[in-house]
Amino acid sequence: MTKQDQIATTEHRIVGTRPVRPDGADKVTGKAVYGADFYLPGMLRGAILRSPHAHARIVSIDTRKAEALAGVKAVATNADFPRVEMDEIDAGEAGINVDRAAQMCLARDKVFYEGQPVVAVAATSPEIATAALDLIEVRYEVLPHVIEIADAMRSDAPVLHDDLDAKGPSNIAARLDSSTGDAEAALATADVVATGRYTTQAVHQGYIEPQACVASVSGDGQAQLWCSSQGAFMVRSVVAAITGMNLADLRVTPLEIGGGFGGKTTVYLEPVATILSKKSGRPVKMVLSRDEVFRSTGPGPGAEIDIRLGATKDGILTAAIVDMRYQVGAFPGAGAGAGVMHALGGYRIEHKRVTGCDVVSNMPSTHAYRAPSAPQAEFAVECAIDDIARQLGMDPIALREKNAVRAGDTSFSGTPHGQIAFMETLAAAKGHDHYSAPLGPNQGRGIAAGWWVNHGGESTAMISIAEDGTAVVATGNPDIGGSRASMAMMAAEVLQIPMVKVRPIVADTASIGFSMLTGGSRTTFATGKAVSEAAAEVVEILKARAAMIWGVDASRVEWRDGEAHCLADGRDEAPLGIKEIASKASKTGGPISVEKSVYPHDAMPTYAVHICDVELDPETGHVGVTRYTAIQDVGRAVHPSYVEGQAQGGAVQGIGWALNEAYTFNKEGRVDNAGFLDYRMPVASDLPMIDTLLVEIPHPTHPFGVKGVGEVPIVPPLAAVANAVSAAAGMRMFDLPMTPARIHAALNAAG
Amino acid sequence: MSYHSPTSVDQAVELLASRDDARPMSGGTDLLVQMRSGRLKPGAIVDIKGIDRAVGSRAQDGGFVIGAATPCTELLDDAALCAAWPGVVEAANLIGSVQVRNRATIGGNLCNASPAADSVPALIAAGARAVVAGPQGERIVAVEDLLAGPGWTTLGKGEFVLEFILPVREPGSADAYLRSIPRTEMDIAVVGAGINLSCDASGTITAARVALGAVAPTALLVPDAGAALIGSKLDEAALTAMGEAAKAACRPIDDKRGTIDYRIAMSAVYARRAAVIAYNRSRETL
Repeated sequence: MTKQDQIATTEHRIVGTRPVRPDGADKVTGKAVYGADFYLPGMLRGAILRSPHAHARIVSIDTRKAEALAGVKAVATNADFPRVEMDEIDAGEAGINVDRAAQMCLARDKVFYEGQPVVAVAATSPEIATAALDLIEVRYEVLPHVIEIADAMRSDAPVLHDDLDAKGPSNIAARLDSSTGDAEAALATADVVATGRYTTQAVHQGYIEPQACVASVSGDGQAQLWCSSQGAFMVRSVVAAITGMNLADLRVTPLEIGGGFGGKTTVYLEPVATILSKKSGRPVKMVLSRDEVFRSTGPGPGAEIDIRLGATKDGILTAAIVDMRYQVGAFPGAGAGAGVMHALGGYRIEHKRVTGCDVVSNMPSTHAYRAPSAPQAEFAVECAIDDIARQLGMDPIALREKNAVRAGDTSFSGTPHGQIAFMETLAAAKGHDHYSAPLGPNQGRGIAAGWWVNHGGESTAMISIAEDGTAVVATGNPDIGGSRASMAMMAAEVLQIPMVKVRPIVADTASIGFSMLTGGSRTTFATGKAVSEAAAEVVEILKARAAMIWGVDASRVEWRDGEAHCLADGRDEAPLGIKEIASKASKTGGPISVEKSVYPHDAMPTYAVHICDVELDPETGHVGVTRYTAIQDVGRAVHPSYVEGQAQGGAVQGIGWALNEAYTFNKEGRVDNAGFLDYRMPVASDLPMIDTLLVEIPHPTHPFGVKGVGEVPIVPPLAAVANAVSAAAGMRMFDLPMTPARIHAALNAAG
Repeated sequence: MSYHSPTSVDQAVELLASRDDARPMSGGTDLLVQMRSGRLKPGAIVDIKGIDRAVGSRAQDGGFVIGAATPCTELLDDAALCAAWPGVVEAANLIGSVQVRNRATIGGNLCNASPAADSVPALIAAGARAVVAGPQGERIVAVEDLLAGPGWTTLGKGEFVLEFILPVREPGSADAYLRSIPRTEMDIAVVGAGINLSCDASGTITAARVALGAVAPTALLVPDAGAALIGSKLDEAALTAMGEAAKAACRPIDDKRGTIDYRIAMSAVYARRAAVIAYNRSRETL
């Protein structure tokens, strides 16, 4: 009883179909080489000694006994990194601070969270490396710690860093303010106002593959890294900056990636493995355990959000004041910035004030998690809109339609929106049979919208035609969501040859031009543009070669059905296929190969509307999701199955965030649930099949109409689930996760 | 570390008694995980799966005997056992995942001594007794008397649990087990409730045992809760009295899996629900 539907607008031969993915066979048969599957002869194994304290000054480190242990070949601390003063490099969506990234690899003077790496060891076996850790003596001066946002903002809170806040030492890392009109005055005259303080907890990306890498540094200073990441060029930038290498001396080969969701847009292990390899002269392999992943890699931030939203009795949103505090962890990380941008960006509201700040505290430094910082902000806004609809007795989708941004409206960046498709997405949701399906006892329905800005970014693609007419498509973007399939499909579409004649690969940093990492929902859009343009140039070359074979002008050759057709007057030539042209390439000018770099700035935001039904067990507080539909504006779905998969995966992650996922800390500030048993992501039996409806309003200036699709589906679920639970419970739920115990307590408090 | 796979009870006892850091292993789904995480470093592992009596279930003296090292999923293949003790079998088959249960055993579940072990309240409610083998021979102990605290049993040096004995089943008797978890599977009980009861031809309950998990340092037998059901036809007053008795017996902690208040409240909810299932099952056997 599931449906995956499409509202399609354009037709292609291959784009829009559902071929078998080119990376599928190796993945389902276990042959795919992920980060931990890579081995080199003579390879050492690295291990990391981590801080047992949430906050402490490192008094001394004595590694002599560890170094003396037979089999230990290198020991490294932060002192082995050349000191970089707060240098920001352009290596992710938001840039990476080199000095802080280095301290998350190996701590310097202080440890800021339990699990922060302090000393690394490379030895001839994992057992020896682990035994060596026990021989290292680190003396700490334990400092008071602070975890929660409100505690960290108190004037008497322990301060993590002295240099973050321009107003004097505090844990506030950034203050943002975006205002239009007079929000206070407009709220005072609004017919209805929805008010609330909403909270969300830090949540981990939960990628199934822990970070892993092999580093090999040669005697002449050249180095190689094999690792799983969202961007080999990002790895190259950060590792070179932290270890003080020339970028061209470091070749990073991307291995298969087992999930990232933004979490692998930075590095934790690679600089350490590189330094250990440099010191030992041997390749060094390092693999994180799941426990280490939870304790030391960036979760998405928790947040505390106050909102006041005002509307007229006709349902026109007139005023909003939103104040957000993001729990960014030990160092400034994925914070309020995107939250301020996204909070009200989906609606026309004349008077608004959005403020946000980043609050550091003694938990792992947060990092990007799928539409970073938008789900928290839009959760509060979409719940408040739901409250307005209830107060007015208005249909919640109709209320959103009255206020949704549309083409021509000013976007957050100040430029007018192009042909965005929020209205079409809302209309598709309103017309979906789920929206009018009857509900049973103790059931509630919630809807929520969400948007995400999407990125463009730099991309390079290379297409080489082999002598037999088959094509290799290389890009610099790790395939995290089916991009090899979509690249091959777009190339095959342009070349007009079957997809099986196109082999897509992900190239290493020395073999293709620069490509920004896979993130920001940009790869199918931007890298797909590079592939499309490269393929179009290949077609021009093929036409020119055919013209040469025929001895006609290239303008008299047409490329149709994957063949060159001679249009020259009076010539009756049989068409030349790509195989025939390629086989004669050595006689017509040599290799047929095109590399194309692009940097599109016209990425368009996308919109999603989710409908969620839940059933509440009033005795236990348990929530079961009984039906869920994700309606999403996708531009053009190149491979609809993988677009639907993105919508489904984002919805599932958001449902987990809403219902059960949260970091818990003990009194000492140590993570108390560093594993999938007690960090409760949804399991398959927790969920119904997530239905999808793809709304295809093509991007007007992309070769295939592609818009970013990967991130926006995690935005609506927090509010969609919260609105559904609130409807079933008959009371507004403000705090995530809505665990059974929390709902039970709320129901009991309400009597 | 050494690994041993004895084929006789005597060999196993000798190996276990020979050193303080020897640990018996059945499915290994707790032991091996604890070793990999560094929590346990046994000097010797004594795998009891090679002992005939430790594996499989069989009818005996009108009741049943279950080898302590029988994989939980194997219990599902014993139709007579499932008919007589559905609560014990369903409790054992809530542990972990199917893959885990293909190895995991009720002997290991008991001896790992987690207060939240799913099979233990069901075994206690059933009146199960454990056959313990040791240097002094074999002794038979009520399951609830083997529990000492979180991670601790009353087993002595060289002792291990060899078999479980489930009593003779009379018509009109049935059991049930339910647990509260935040998810739907792959989780640890926040509260577990096992109920075993018998009723006469009129539907009046003549005997009842109620056991709770995850609400105290060990799984609890709650005699007052059982007594509240006896003489009733599971009417609302009896269920309420049983729920109150269950709540009164709870001594839970606040932890990452549940709060004190929630655990106490849920002990009554899940005991009531399990009692209804057991009662309905018992009526079907008449």
